[in-house]
Amino acid sequence: MTGADDQALEITRRQFHQAIGTGMAATWMTFAEISSPLAASMADKAVSVKFTVNGQRRELRIDPRTTLLDALREHLALTGTKKGCDHGQCGACTSIVDGRRINTCLSLAVMHEGNDIVTIEGLATAQGLHPMQAAFIEHDGFQCGYCTPGQILSAVCVLDELSAGFPSAVTADLNAAPEGSAAEVRERMSGNICRCAAYPNIIAAILDVKGSET
Amino acid sequence: MKDFTYHRANSLDEAVTLLVSTPNAKLLAGGTNLLDLMKLQIETPQHLIDINHIGLDKVETLASGGLAIGALVRNADLAAHPIVKRDYGVLTRALVSGASGQLRNRATTAGNLMQRTRCPYFYGATKACNKRVPGSGCDAVNGFSTNLAVLGASASCIATHSSDMAVALRALDATIVVIGPAGERRIALSDFHRLPGDTPHVETSLDSHEIIARVELPAPIGGRQVYRKVRERASYAFATVSVALIAHVDAERVAIDKLAFGGLAAKPWRVEAAEGRGFGLPGEIAEAAASVVLDGASPTDHNKYKLDLARQALHAALIDAQEQRL
Repeated sequence: MTGADDQALEITRRQFHQAIGTGMAATWMTFAEISSPLAASMADKAVSVKFTVNGQRRELRIDPRTTLLDALREHLALTGTKKGCDHGQCGACTSIVDGRRINTCLSLAVMHEGNDIVTIEGLATAQGLHPMQAAFIEHDGFQCGYCTPGQILSAVCVLDELSAGFPSAVTADLNAAPEGSAAEVRERMSGNICRCAAYPNIIAAILDVKGSET
Repeated sequence: MKDFTYHRANSLDEAVTLLVSTPNAKLLAGGTNLLDLMKLQIETPQHLIDINHIGLDKVETLASGGLAIGALVRNADLAAHPIVKRDYGVLTRALVSGASGQLRNRATTAGNLMQRTRCPYFYGATKACNKRVPGSGCDAVNGFSTNLAVLGASASCIATHSSDMAVALRALDATIVVIGPAGERRIALSDFHRLPGDTPHVETSLDSHEIIARVELPAPIGGRQVYRKVRERASYAFATVSVALIAHVDAERVAIDKLAFGGLAAKPWRVEAAEGRGFGLPGEIAEAAASVVLDGASPTDHNKYKLDLARQALHAALIDAQEQRL
């Protein structure tokens, strides 16, 4: 391929992007015009919310329909929190709110006034990866990686819940401290689906961190 | 999700006032069922009243020796409460068999009672459903009814109630305490959820201006407490059939003190006549009790398997009671 051809191809590509960009802008303007009465009513209904995300205070003025998941991803550009099913069935959107793991897709951002939120972006420190992140790498606890932020945050909380004595459906004796067995960890991680089925390595990673805690 | 106006209530009184003064409003607690249904536009409230900041989040002992569970106690906290684990084990076991760890951290006691059915026809926008659109008919009655009701159904609806917690509360003789403009009212859990009849969209006896304040349990009755849930996968699925059982054990024999079933009807299903009939071997006791509980069942070709499954789940639950680590 000659230089001239390269240049021609490059121009074509640039023109292509420009065309797409113009097209998208046109689509957006059309949508905005069509929905302007709605947009006006939404301006009246917009709500303010303040919370802390990964140690930083954030304030948003948003449509009250905005889920915590969409607030994190679309308003705060924290795209580590993933949208899988958007119906609380897959766990990809799991984040930690006031020390508890939740499905951020089934919570409105405005419900979290004053809360302390930790996403996958906030788990590592200046000293390095969180032990659960390191264990997932060590044990190859993922394939495509899409569910991994949710898996890791859920796993961190599973160990906290075990330490706090929260029972599970496989806890034999409710009045004894739950065991940190593979069966317990599997049951407690059932809200996080992995389409690649990296489950054996995920469980191995969690048990490794659990073992090094004690 | 349809557009709505958001209100944050800061007290129970304020929540009641907002509920009375705001048409087409819904209370928002954990949101794990309501927001899902709003995304699907099955629920389309014009106003949401967020009650997460009105308190009602404590578990307290009553002078009677019983327990008062605040409406906004999260399912995970209720399951892990030391008194619940010790004295009302069937409730802990039912709670932890439902949903996932993430959902239990948000879902509340009252929200769990108010959750709506998972009947696939209720979710299917192209299907007739009298719960979704009253008077539109029910495509489930002659449709795919594998996991639908075998007891208490009508020509208008064969949906089941999805809660595990409510099945345990039914076995424990719980009472729901509600607050409205006229003050407090007590509703036995047995009267709280309604059978469909010809108004399946009316699911509870809660008035539209009332709020659940707490759930009260009588003093503990002891016994071996079991919740056995049968479902299509080992975890994180709704029940096909579930059994809440409180039993006594005498050597090889067992006796049923309290028994309620989930997955069979639009409400937790309990027939008191199946209880307190003395000791026997688990197989005999299960057979006798199941025949009383399932009397009058009207299954479809798709879900008649639930009758055998209920009997066998009870048999297994009685063996669980015998083997329970104390």
